[in-house]
Formats: sequence, C-alpha cells, structure tokens
Amino acid sequence: MPHDAHNHDQPHSLLPSDPALRVKALETLLVDKGLVDPATLDEIIDTYQTKIGPQNGAEVVARAWSDDAFRDLLFKDATAAVSQMGFYGRQGEHIVAVENTDRVHNLVVCTLCSCYPWPLLGIPPGWYKSDAYRARAVREPRKVLAEFGVALPDRVAVKVWDSTAEIRYLVVPQRPAGTEGWDVKDLAKLITRDAMIGTGLVAAPS
Amino acid sequence: MSRLHDMGGRFGDGPVVPEPADGPVFAEEWHARALAVTLAAGSLGLWTLDASRHSRERLLPADYAVFSYYEKWISALCNMLVEHDVVSRTELRSGAAAQKPSPLQDRRLAPEKVSRVLSSGGPTERERGADVRFAVGAAVRTRSGQNQNVNGGHSRLPAYAAGKSGRILRCYGAHVFPDANAHGMGEAPEPLYCVAFAASTLWAHAENPDDEVMLDLWQSYLDPM
Repeated sequence: MPHDAHNHDQPHSLLPSDPALRVKALETLLVDKGLVDPATLDEIIDTYQTKIGPQNGAEVVARAWSDDAFRDLLFKDATAAVSQMGFYGRQGEHIVAVENTDRVHNLVVCTLCSCYPWPLLGIPPGWYKSDAYRARAVREPRKVLAEFGVALPDRVAVKVWDSTAEIRYLVVPQRPAGTEGWDVKDLAKLITRDAMIGTGLVAAPS
Repeated sequence: MSRLHDMGGRFGDGPVVPEPADGPVFAEEWHARALAVTLAAGSLGLWTLDASRHSRERLLPADYAVFSYYEKWISALCNMLVEHDVVSRTELRSGAAAQKPSPLQDRRLAPEKVSRVLSSGGPTERERGADVRFAVGAAVRTRSGQNQNVNGGHSRLPAYAAGKSGRILRCYGAHVFPDANAHGMGEAPEPLYCVAFAASTLWAHAENPDDEVMLDLWQSYLDPM
C-alpha cells in the first residue's frame, strides 16, 4: 500500500526537472517497453483538441432552451439527456444540470483537484485548475465572479457546487432577451464555456 | 490535518486570471503529451482513478506547491509506475528500458480503441451499497476530513467542510467509496449525497446570507444531527 515513508526519495525526482523533458523521458520509456503507442497519444490529444469541447455543452444548453421535453429530461436525468446526444464518456459518467434563474446563480469548482464535465466542456481551462480558483470560489464566489466581469445583485443567491465526487455539474445559463425564435445552432454560438461553469453570463446578441 | 491539495477556502491566493474562450486547449505541447501519457498508462488497468488522485496528493508538499498542473500529473504517474513495478528506478535514471518488452505489453491501448475507451468512461454508481441512512431534507453534520481506513489516506471531504452542519439535498445512489478504493480495499459502495451548507456556516465572513455551497459526500462522512 502506498505510504509516505520515503517520500524524500520520490521516483519522479530521477526524471529531468524540465517539465517538457520530464514528459518526454517517461513517454520514451513507456513506448520503449511496449506499454504506450505514440499513435494512441496522438489520438487522445486529437480527441480533446478537435472533437470534444465546449461546443458539445453549448449544443445541450441551446436545445434545453428550445425544447421543453428535452429541458425536463435534462433537469431530471442529465446523464440520459446528454447521452441521447452522444455526449457520454470519461469524466462525464454522472451529469447533473443546474439552472440559473433570476434568483439563483450557479458556479462549479473542484477544490480538491480539477473535476470537470469533459464530454460536455472538454479539458478545463488553466484558471479552473489554478490554486486561486480552487481556494477562493467556495469562500468568496462573488469576488471571483467580479474578476470575470460578472456582478450579481444581492437578491441573487450564489450556489457553489464543489465537485467532490464523480458527479459532474453543468450550469444552464439564462437565455438572453432578443433571441426569441432563434434556431438551436445560432443559440449555441452565444453560449460560452465560462457560462456553463458559472463564471460567465450569456450576453444578449448585439 | 489535511494536505496541500485540500485548498478550498484558503487565504492568500491572488486573483483568478480568466482566459479567452478561443485560447488553445493545451497551453504547451507537453501539456497535451502529459495528459495523453497519463490516460494511456491508466488504461493498463493497474490502478483506479481514486489511487491516481491520491498519488498526486502524496507528492511532497514542497513539490505540490511549485509544480504546475501537468507536472503534478506526470510526476505522480512516474511514482505510480515505480510503485507498481512497471518501471524501475534504474530505468528512470538511465532513460532506457532495461526490461523490454514489458510483460504487460498486451494491455497496451491501441489507437483504434481510444474512441471507445473515452466514450465508455468509468461509471462509479453501483446497484447495491450500504443501506441509505438519510432522507432528502435531513440535517447532518460532517465528520473529520480524515480517512478512517488509512492514516493519511485519500478522502473527498474537504477540510473546510469538516465538522459542519448541512442538509441533504439529493441522494445519488450508491457510489464507489474513494477512501477504500484508493487503497486497494475494494469499492465498498455506499450512498452518495449532495449536501447543502449555508455559506455562513462555513465562513466567518460569508459574502451573502443566501449563498450556499454544495458538496457531494459519502454516507460515512456524515452523522445525523
């Protein structure tokens, strides 16, 4: 069982200290031992660079704004709802959607690591994984929101969701005025990654 | 006491620096490689997600504090590979494989299987677990944040929410218990709840009396009020 007895001598200290060389050294060793295929690494990277990202979540939110039956399912069983759209997968096995209203603003964080709904939003941005966000989002969410340019009136309660288990939260932002009659594709273009984490609002079309 | 990763509520950090929506997914090419190597090595099936989280938490506090995000990933991965005898210290020192191919080479993830593996994920809900003890709406108090099985072991109850009163908002069914699963003690599934805490019960200077923090907590972390 892993323990701390010799942690002054952690194996990683034998790798080069430069992080890029550190990764390269470990990759080379694992490839050499037949444990990792470089083509597999390329495939994983391509998946998260081009196929899975916030465009998926935006499609879900736009549909929820447009289709009442889907919206009902999304708030009842989000995993089933997003699975219908092909957005089930690693780090998104148990999805819960939370709704912003005139009285409630939701914000998602993972204080212990960096849990994030990958199939819907892709790989988390650097700030989501930063010490400052992890430390402060639970204690002073309104100050953090202000750093994103979001000012909430006192009558709006902030609900912060700390992703401490395998439930992954998706914020469904409020639909902006002036989008009546828009189709889902145009709506989806308005919906930002930050709005689905809760650090942003969806701006009305200019 | 906890470890450095358990930083919720901590004082002293600076502002959060937002990034443009159209910024790169990976700021550096090696970030992408670090993520991919970690996922590919994880697919060898030698450890659980809980164990890999714990391996990052077990980095030296001095390292954890200064390592960037993916440096933590790659360093913790390296430690796990040695702990599981997949890679030796000699190999790390020389940078060359002494034993090749590895006896585990049949487990190597093939490129054509990546899509299926990523889209099937690893659900943690189980049909059966410990009996449900709390109803929605019940008042509960959290226990200490320490792993009750292993001294200094993995736990998902943050220190800022230990010993605090909240109410059960939802029950998510039985989920694999990280405090056991991270330590090779089996999945030990038990009810997982979403517990709501008034910000004013967590913080001396809550920003607004109506604000709340929700945490997903296993039944073992909770006592009835």
